[in-house]
Amino acid sequence: MKLYDCAKVIRSKNAGPFTLTIDMIFDSEDIFNKVINSDFFNEQKIAELYNVPALQIRIHPFRSILAIKVTLPRTFASSGSAFDRDVYGCQQHFPLADLDV
Amino acid sequence: MADEIRFISICGMLGYGYEVANLQKAIEEYKVDFLACDAGSTDPGPYYLGSGKSFVKPAQIARDLEPALIAAVKNKKPLIIGSAGGCGAKGHVELFLDILKEISTRNNLHFKLAVIYSDVEKETVLNALQQGRISPCGPVAPLTKEAVETSVNIVAQVSTEPIIKALKAGADVVVSGRCCDTAIFAAPAIMQGFDPGLSLHCAKIAECGCLCARPAGANDSLLATIGKDCFTVVPANPARKCTPDSVAAHSLYEQPDPNCFYEPEGKIDMDKSVFEQVTERAVKVSGTRLVEPEKKTIKLEAARLVGYRSITIAGSCDPLVIENLDKIESQVRKSTQANLKGIIEPEKFSLRFMRYGLDAVTGIKLCDKLPSEVGIVIEAIAPMQKLADTVISLARSTALHQSFDGRKSTAGNFAFPFSPSDLSAGEVYEFSIYHLMEIKQGQNLFQLKMEEI
Repeated sequence: MKLYDCAKVIRSKNAGPFTLTIDMIFDSEDIFNKVINSDFFNEQKIAELYNVPALQIRIHPFRSILAIKVTLPRTFASSGSAFDRDVYGCQQHFPLADLDV
Repeated sequence: MADEIRFISICGMLGYGYEVANLQKAIEEYKVDFLACDAGSTDPGPYYLGSGKSFVKPAQIARDLEPALIAAVKNKKPLIIGSAGGCGAKGHVELFLDILKEISTRNNLHFKLAVIYSDVEKETVLNALQQGRISPCGPVAPLTKEAVETSVNIVAQVSTEPIIKALKAGADVVVSGRCCDTAIFAAPAIMQGFDPGLSLHCAKIAECGCLCARPAGANDSLLATIGKDCFTVVPANPARKCTPDSVAAHSLYEQPDPNCFYEPEGKIDMDKSVFEQVTERAVKVSGTRLVEPEKKTIKLEAARLVGYRSITIAGSCDPLVIENLDKIESQVRKSTQANLKGIIEPEKFSLRFMRYGLDAVTGIKLCDKLPSEVGIVIEAIAPMQKLADTVISLARSTALHQSFDGRKSTAGNFAFPFSPSDLSAGEVYEFSIYHLMEIKQGQNLFQLKMEEI
């Protein structure tokens, strides 16, 4: 199942002009656990998808509301600079949302 | 010290709109002690900070400010506005003050105004850089002397301290330049001795208006009460409600870490925060605490000009054109560069093809199947507007007629929706400073100006 299909909310946004943050909120503890424990959901995999060094990726589970936050640098361009493609960073939850978990 | 302090966050961004009836309700029923609103952000990108323009139009600011200013002054409740004019540099603040003064004159309002300027001299930053007092804020390259020298509009984010100073000086209305979103709402509470961790957490939730409610909306007011060991938030609009989940989820928004955030006052630790439903629409939060920092820092922001942009917009539904976009792009690039020799050298301009429908949004091809239609934005950036316009003009005509193997649509590759098809898009800026500066003991960066209106 793809992350996009199993998350109630999956969204991205700038966290300052140099950082992107992707939030996922799930409906059930079961899905939350499946995602967080999935072999396909880790820093290395996300690094490959976004072409960012794995060491710069942070995964923060936020269990109380069944959410997971992924934070990564905007290596392609800072917000609104010459090579940017998404000033607010609101559509960068893909390719992660396509991930099969 | 009072048992609690109450306030209204007018809306998520001054200019985004709100229900004006909220104000009267907040004052009469909810009995707020002050009104406050965030008026700025780095979200819309570096252009606004660099150019000195506001991303919210003056008419929008006036529309939102007028009822709030009248309500605040008539009821003698302080009004605090942070990051005036969008980015809070001197030009933005002056633009905002012009609107504020015009409203005051028209409505015969009189009050004590405090203006906090947040502009920082290059010299101050260069000195700090030399003394090793500057560090990157997040994944940013270390600051260089060259970046400081080429920057325009360097601003520092005002913390709670300068706002407290303004309030203590008797200000009825505080207009701050670039400001931490939290400082706008937390300053009065911290001034009166309420817990700074709770005050800053409450401020963090309140600064987006009703974005923490369900249905969420930055264009609606939030009411907040800070008490001795907890705070409560409730939407002014009865059609919205706060739930423990909606408020907790707001700690995720625009933040790199859901368990804490950093302000000049220190680290706000939400690891032990408890969110409880206290009435049908109100949520109580407790357990948040402030961890004081080892060194006092403030965040600096600045932008610099990198060139001028010109764009053209087109589209294609021809399968062979779509299949050959890579080839078309590389040929257009080559012949544009060759044709402009003597006018502009290749290393002086950039040419970019954004292929909507294929990979423009993320830069990554998400699917192997080719779409039936693709939209293209061709962008040129050059050191002068005229040159960018020339590059895009040539790139556009070349792209239209570019041949490739097997081409069937030999009269033209793209549909251009507009005449003129090319748009001069003006200056391109980038964030050149996004760093923390350590503050020396007794160093005062922010100029406070008091004025009788």
